[in-house]
Amino acid sequence: MSEFFQRFARNRAAVLGIGILAVIIVVALAAPLLFGADPFKLQGKPMVPPLTGGFLFGTDMLGRDVAAGVAYGARTTLLIGVIATTVAVTLGLLVGGVCGFFGGKLDVLLMRVTELFQTIPSFLFAIVIVAILGPTITNVIVAIALVTWPPVARLTRGEFMSMCNREFVHACVCAGVQDWKIILRHILPNCAPAIIVTASLMVANAVLIESSLSFLGLSDPNVMTWGLMIGAGRVALRAAWWVCAIPGIAILLTALAINLAGDGLNDSLNPRLKNA
Amino acid sequence: MNERLRFIWRRLLQGIPTILLIIIACFFLLKLAPGDAAEVLAGESGAATKEYVDTLRTKFQLDKPVPVQLAAYVKNVLTLDLGYSFRQGTSVSSLIASRLVPTLLLMGAALGFAIVAGIVLGMAASNRPGGWVDQFVSVLSLLAYSMPMFWAGLMLIVVFSLRLEWFPTSGMEEVAMFHEGWTRVLDIAEHLVLPALTLSLFYLALFMRLMRAAMLEQRGMDYVVTARAKGLTERQILTRHVARNALLPIITMIGIQMGNLVGGSVIVETVFGWPGLGQLAFDSLFARDLNLLMGIFVVSAVLVVVVNILVDITYTLIDPRIKAA
Repeated sequence: MSEFFQRFARNRAAVLGIGILAVIIVVALAAPLLFGADPFKLQGKPMVPPLTGGFLFGTDMLGRDVAAGVAYGARTTLLIGVIATTVAVTLGLLVGGVCGFFGGKLDVLLMRVTELFQTIPSFLFAIVIVAILGPTITNVIVAIALVTWPPVARLTRGEFMSMCNREFVHACVCAGVQDWKIILRHILPNCAPAIIVTASLMVANAVLIESSLSFLGLSDPNVMTWGLMIGAGRVALRAAWWVCAIPGIAILLTALAINLAGDGLNDSLNPRLKNA
Repeated sequence: MNERLRFIWRRLLQGIPTILLIIIACFFLLKLAPGDAAEVLAGESGAATKEYVDTLRTKFQLDKPVPVQLAAYVKNVLTLDLGYSFRQGTSVSSLIASRLVPTLLLMGAALGFAIVAGIVLGMAASNRPGGWVDQFVSVLSLLAYSMPMFWAGLMLIVVFSLRLEWFPTSGMEEVAMFHEGWTRVLDIAEHLVLPALTLSLFYLALFMRLMRAAMLEQRGMDYVVTARAKGLTERQILTRHVARNALLPIITMIGIQMGNLVGGSVIVETVFGWPGLGQLAFDSLFARDLNLLMGIFVVSAVLVVVVNILVDITYTLIDPRIKAA
């Protein structure tokens, strides 16, 4: 374990990623303390440029504090990113695990379904889901999870299949260990590194999908998100560029930090891959 | 040759169940919507008359059991009868047909640029791993992976349209100017630059990384040693042998990324007011015209399946080793 931390700490980009992420999480948690309870509240004159009139990031067309929106947006985005990824990974583990462990006709069928999900235009699919079910946070999470699980299923299936041919699994089968115990106690822990790395990178993807959906107006209108701010601010792009620019930088930094940290995780959890 | 034809035929047949499954998935998605599917299809805005909703109900046989309903839905979609959009005042299929060309133009331009620039930059980066080109390419790809596409587009508009005034902010052409012939082509090209660039950024990064990795992998192969031994110049080895083999993963990736490209064009068309399918999808969202949205979804899904089949066929033409798998 300490070897893992040492390897991770040596990767400067990954440490930078974790640092940026930590700052974003702190700002998200402290949002009510820093900016009051309501990010939609009018705070001053409209379209005040950044660093003037006591506003770090300026105000939008209605006079709302952009900094407050960014802080509150971080809460929504991170929450949706993490929960959607958890749901997607769970779904992917279930499908991939069943396919990889049991094989047979069920495997063929489920893999066809997985392929289908990978073929259809995923973002358009997410749009259709949210449009039909209605723009709530739960539905956005469902939509993101439904379009992001296939890679996890494929990865898990591959890992499970290779594990099933290893001696320790054969030994378990001979010793009469129940299937679910073999899966949970013996196979899953061995697949964990690969799945953790994929999951961490999926959070960045989920953040990008969430902000694109809310940019198109497919998010709960009463919850502040970065995409919503940019979508609302684009009508005044000429007069107040910062209303769009600053939340976008927040999205970019978040996704970048997660990608950097995920790559670092990959290098330190799977050191063999580095040499290959 | 006969074997190849058989492969193409088999690959085309494989596409059919996929398309059927997509249509069935759409049917159940519509079933999930709150309320009666006829009301959903007619648009929740109240733009549709009561008679129209009733016509829809009989047309989709919503008073019949689910399997009958499903059969009716599949039949309607397969005969390209995607319904009528009350908001736009015309049939969904003709709306989609009129928007298909601008979308294909945008996607084609973006993909073309991403492939060419990605191959060139990827080869340049693989030339000296760790060199400044390589560093530049890896920073660029990291940024492109993390950047929300709609934001990149808006920032390009701020810099190149609003400040520098080099390119127009939106649309596909100056309709009021009545350009014809080459001036019209030039006008469209000018409008195309920023949207195509925005859409291509992500794929450019992807193809750069892929090309770099493939070039580095192929370089260590035995056939490179053979080529060198028989006295070919390094340049000949790189362009004629290594690069050709390194192109294969890029072709595979084009097929894999087709679905994403469609999603990206929805975003880009919304940002740049490009009059294609994506913009139509966004408009239908705003008007709550779900029938139109579903029509666009079905058509783009089928488009992606078809492109994937084409990619597979191209693959066998380029690499004869690949047999129908």
